[in-house]
Amino acid sequence: MTTDTIPSPDAAVDGFWASKRRTEKITRIVVTIVLVLGAITMMLPVIWMLSTSFKTRTDVFSVPPVWIPSPLHFENYPAAWTVSGMYAGEDWDFLGIPFHGITFTTYTLNTLTIAVLSCLGTTMTASLVAFAFARLRFPGRGPLFLLCLMTMMVPPQVTMIPTFILFKTWHMYDTFYPLILPAFLGGGAYNIFLMRQFFMSIPYEMDEAAKIDGCTNFGVFWRILLPLCKPALTTVSVFSFVYNWNDYLNPLIYLDSNSKKTLALGLKNFVSLYGQDYHLLMAASLLISIPIAVMFLIGQRYFIQGIATTGLK
Amino acid sequence: MTSAERKEAISAYVFLIPFFLWLVFIMGGPILAAFFLSFCKWDILTPIQFVGFDNYKEMFFNDPRFWKALGNTTYFTALSVLPGLVLSIVVALLMNQKVKGIGIFRTLFYLPSVVGAGVAVAVLWKWIFNADSGLLNYMISVLTQIPIADCPKWLASEAWSKPALVIMSLWGVGGSMIIYLAGLQGIPTTLYEAAEIDGANRWQQFWTVTLPGLSPVIFFQLIISIVGSFQIFTQVDVMTDGLGGPADSTLVMVLYIYQKAFKYYQMGYASALSWVLFIVIMLATWLQFKYSKWVYYEGELRK
Repeated sequence: MTTDTIPSPDAAVDGFWASKRRTEKITRIVVTIVLVLGAITMMLPVIWMLSTSFKTRTDVFSVPPVWIPSPLHFENYPAAWTVSGMYAGEDWDFLGIPFHGITFTTYTLNTLTIAVLSCLGTTMTASLVAFAFARLRFPGRGPLFLLCLMTMMVPPQVTMIPTFILFKTWHMYDTFYPLILPAFLGGGAYNIFLMRQFFMSIPYEMDEAAKIDGCTNFGVFWRILLPLCKPALTTVSVFSFVYNWNDYLNPLIYLDSNSKKTLALGLKNFVSLYGQDYHLLMAASLLISIPIAVMFLIGQRYFIQGIATTGLK
Repeated sequence: MTSAERKEAISAYVFLIPFFLWLVFIMGGPILAAFFLSFCKWDILTPIQFVGFDNYKEMFFNDPRFWKALGNTTYFTALSVLPGLVLSIVVALLMNQKVKGIGIFRTLFYLPSVVGAGVAVAVLWKWIFNADSGLLNYMISVLTQIPIADCPKWLASEAWSKPALVIMSLWGVGGSMIIYLAGLQGIPTTLYEAAEIDGANRWQQFWTVTLPGLSPVIFFQLIISIVGSFQIFTQVDVMTDGLGGPADSTLVMVLYIYQKAFKYYQMGYASALSWVLFIVIMLATWLQFKYSKWVYYEGELRK
């Protein structure tokens, strides 16, 4: 006798399971339909953006809109990138190499400089500070950590004016320093909190074993815990990079020369100068958003886990 | 304190040096300085002048733009937070179902919120809200047969400019959706099994198991998103070219602070404005903590 199927003693139970399976199937279909409709709604603005970016100046305003323009005007992209007339005569330099004419290339290099350095500063110092809060015993640990959490409630606009005056008196107005230096001072409460939560989830026995083997506190941090924290480190660095890439208010306050501006400011200028050239605006906006979307797709597995860590524990 | 303990404490303080510097120069010092500045008159160039409560008196009794800005910010917060909350929970519930290709759906819903904070998205929405050729009015006219000329003028209209900001903010629900999703996956399945044995249907399970289990996350998100929407700036500045128009209908607090500080160089008045914003945010947060009895913590004993 085989035991492939276990005959049910009661037909009613069979019926119950069959109807339950059917309800589940129907639910799944309904959920899929709703999700597809939702996803289309979410993606419609992006498709619209893409479609506009390939049109000519006159086609942009046609109603009803043409979704797939023919021909596709690929030349909008290089045109938007180098926008002629946009401070075309100004000179600038990057790492000492002189260039002529400001384009989005200028803004990209500026933004990359700020974002990469801030990212580096944040990951380094946030993890160091978080390690102290998570793993070391010292007088005042509880109150200091509470203080750190409380600063998350402070709107940045409160500290904005005095910080601006501070950096101005230090002759750092119109330089990248005000945008980079704070990142090297712990990277803000949120990142410290995120890293600390992650450290807390690693068993303490790791530290003890390493200490018995003669590891210093810094050794425990550097050689034992940090390599285990890759998801959290990825999350913090992606967040910090995206934050700096998108940041608008701080560069707006601190940067003045056209040659120092970031992508966010450059795009804003572009809007003020070419407000009706939506085909060029959309092309530029798309190009600026692509690095962020790519970073997200690469880091997504890690930082969804990272967010889960802070959101719950 | 033993010598080992002392050594540990010393290395902790050394590790915390960046944090201490940050606390003094970037956070604590500036907060106090802003408080002091709020009682002064200062344009950076001429010497600073102590004026007592003049800035606050001016603000409360003599500055209709302040009330307008506070009103607009509150309006935007009230209208964006709750729909955003409900929508992101609903989406998270859908995402929690076992459906084919769920990973793709998650990415599609989450992506806009990642790119969402930037200038690029504000530019995109400015175009979507275009009254004559924008996507939104085109879709409305297709779905409802209302001619485009009769559709809302969105950013060009005093009545519709704030709802436009709300719609744009809802496009970013993906960010909180991910957090709710994590919260949903943290609710033990045993609770659902127990509920099922007790004969609870899906709807009852949602109210008695899902919602209480999710309540700490909802509480956290509520606080974060209220704080966030009180600070809206980038989108408004880009979409209205820094004016907060039409007719100040999108003049929000941070934009007003920015205008006062960096366009008119009234550093004292701007600091006073920023302290009022700070107090409003703290008040909102405190109220939420005070009325947080609805939040259910698993580890807590219930009377």
